Amino acid sequence: MRFGIAVFPGTWSDRDCAHAVQLDGHDAVMLWHKDRSLQGVDCVILPGGFSYGDYLRTGAVARFAPLMESVQEFAAGGGLVWGICNGFQVLCEAHMLPGALVRNGSLQFRCEPSWLRVETTGTAYTSGLRLGQVLQIPVSHGEGRYVADPATLDLLEEQRRVAFRYVAPDGSAVGAASPNGSLRDIAGVVNEGRNVLGMMPHPERACEPLLGSADGMELFRSVAASLARTATFA
Amino acid sequence: MIYAVEVAVTLKPVVNDPQGLVVRDGLRQLGFAQVRSARVGKVIALELEAASEAEARDAVVQMCEKLLRNPVIEDYHIESVAAGVGA
Repeated sequence: MRFGIAVFPGTWSDRDCAHAVQLDGHDAVMLWHKDRSLQGVDCVILPGGFSYGDYLRTGAVARFAPLMESVQEFAAGGGLVWGICNGFQVLCEAHMLPGALVRNGSLQFRCEPSWLRVETTGTAYTSGLRLGQVLQIPVSHGEGRYVADPATLDLLEEQRRVAFRYVAPDGSAVGAASPNGSLRDIAGVVNEGRNVLGMMPHPERACEPLLGSADGMELFRSVAASLARTATFA
Repeated sequence: MIYAVEVAVTLKPVVNDPQGLVVRDGLRQLGFAQVRSARVGKVIALELEAASEAEARDAVVQMCEKLLRNPVIEDYHIESVAAGVGA
């Protein structure tokens, strides 16, 4: 499979994403923010970092990049677009996902392991996982508190569009140990078409046992397996 | 004509503002016990070309709708419009 990885000025997790993709035997294609071509990739990753310095608001300026027009078209046609950390912030700013990501409740930049419970397997990103499975994947952000109005949150729950929730290591409610104070402990959501995922934690930083967890690799494998299934039936 | 416009962008009242809480608590610790709440926003100062004050305002409203504020979490208010600055 070919994974495209967007590179904005200030992106910092692009190489880590490429490494994770290659580790699983796939091609990684770097997509420069000024280009419009997606170079025939099967999945676009918007990686972590501080695109355009995160000036004004996180992700606010990146959404105007020429590349993002192509990414929006790709997503509208059902293409897989996966925003991680800053990528999630960009997707919210671009209104490709509901809600917004604001300053952590603690006001601290949190770079630490977090535990995520899989809340739906009905997406390409999670179809290879088990419902309720707990993954250890690190967070690394200062502005990751997910907020949306109650009606939007209810709709997300009703449509099973919450992909991941922060939990304690044993899978119980995270409570005050939440890394950012997200409403309803939401760590990741998908769009209505379920092809666009935004998540704050960094699966690409949990792809090898040497890094303390290889749970993140399960997401990359899930995407690749979903793409392979689609290709077979196409 | 050049107009100087100041826009205040603030978090909606329903959005929790941890920065504001820290400011409030800091003020209280300094002895300003009368402080009931504090919320932190930002002011964006623009200088722009426009034929009239109304045109300047309209342009800034569009800028707010398109970029300067995130409608999910923020409100905006045009604080002041002054003509002839920086000309």
